[in-house]
Amino acid sequence: MTEHKSIIEIENLETYYGSRKVLDGINLSIKPGETMTILGRSGCGKSTLLRHIIGLSKPSSGTIKIKSRNITDLSEDEMLPIRRKVGMLFQGAALFNSMTVGDNVALPLREHTELEDSTIKIMTRMKLDQVGLSGFEDFFPAQLSGGMKKRAALARAIAMDPDILFCDEPSAGLDPIVAVGIDHLILKLKKAFNMTIVIVTHELESVNMIADRVALLDSGKIIALGTVDELMASDTPKVKQFFNRIPDPEKIDKESYLKSLIG
Amino acid sequence: MELEVIKKEKFSILKLSGDVDLYSSPQVRKKILSLITKSNKNLLVDLAEVTYMDSSGVATLVEALQLTNKNSGTLRLYSLRDAIKDVFELSRLDKVFNIYENEEQAFEGM
Repeated sequence: MTEHKSIIEIENLETYYGSRKVLDGINLSIKPGETMTILGRSGCGKSTLLRHIIGLSKPSSGTIKIKSRNITDLSEDEMLPIRRKVGMLFQGAALFNSMTVGDNVALPLREHTELEDSTIKIMTRMKLDQVGLSGFEDFFPAQLSGGMKKRAALARAIAMDPDILFCDEPSAGLDPIVAVGIDHLILKLKKAFNMTIVIVTHELESVNMIADRVALLDSGKIIALGTVDELMASDTPKVKQFFNRIPDPEKIDKESYLKSLIG
Repeated sequence: MELEVIKKEKFSILKLSGDVDLYSSPQVRKKILSLITKSNKNLLVDLAEVTYMDSSGVATLVEALQLTNKNSGTLRLYSLRDAIKDVFELSRLDKVFNIYENEEQAFEGM
């Protein structure tokens, strides 16, 4: 693959939940080594879009190409080689509580490779070192703070040396100091391993720090795409509203409100 | 990935080429384990033709280092391409391994 070619290419993606269209004609190209942030309000479709890109959901129509391969018509078995080179950091860390941190990180290596356990143990320690958790391999998730759990989950996400790392709300539920620590860590890993990173978030501070480009989603559509500076300079009302953190105007239908109160 | 072994009187040379990754590392490990013995405890690894190495490749070489240390032997790596050097530096393992620019330097004192 040449450097300028897209590593992820989404074309005319549409999907429905029942009769409701949740993704409405999404077109998006992500370059190798790029950090693309998918930004938007709660319920705008960003997590749904992420689920489609990683192949956990199938679209109603449109294509998603990862390294030139259309994944929308692949079976679970056919998806496996692609998934092996993709890391996923889930919103709630999603560590297995009954396993040690080391075993959580080692899990994908034990599941998907023929490596000897002695090699896997060294790799696990290397990954824990990279996320600042050296010496924590024998701890259980319940013994870790929220930020440490995220770090452990990140170590597991990069266990297989992925080309692409997906992060769903990486700083959700963390205090601002810990959240900025996770952002720094993601930046460090990106620089170190030249990974392509796709991050779903609604945290503007995170976006400012880590995004090369931002796709702003609203009602299942990308309403703006560009660098943070380009989007901040946009005159589009919805883009301005998001970046300036302006709440929706309050809409009250007098009659229905009164009816809801008096029954 | 391909590997070639050259046996000298006091040491073995393992020449690796291609990608040393999750799928080929077990083969490298197996070869290294067979080469490092009590009677032949010194190993030189030529990485000139290695185009890609992931964490499993590095971890395999850490195991090789562990084994040569245990046998009071020596492990030397040489002729690393820049991309491979980066992998060692990022894991901070460039400080742990004996890494040489070329074959001549690696052979010195063996």
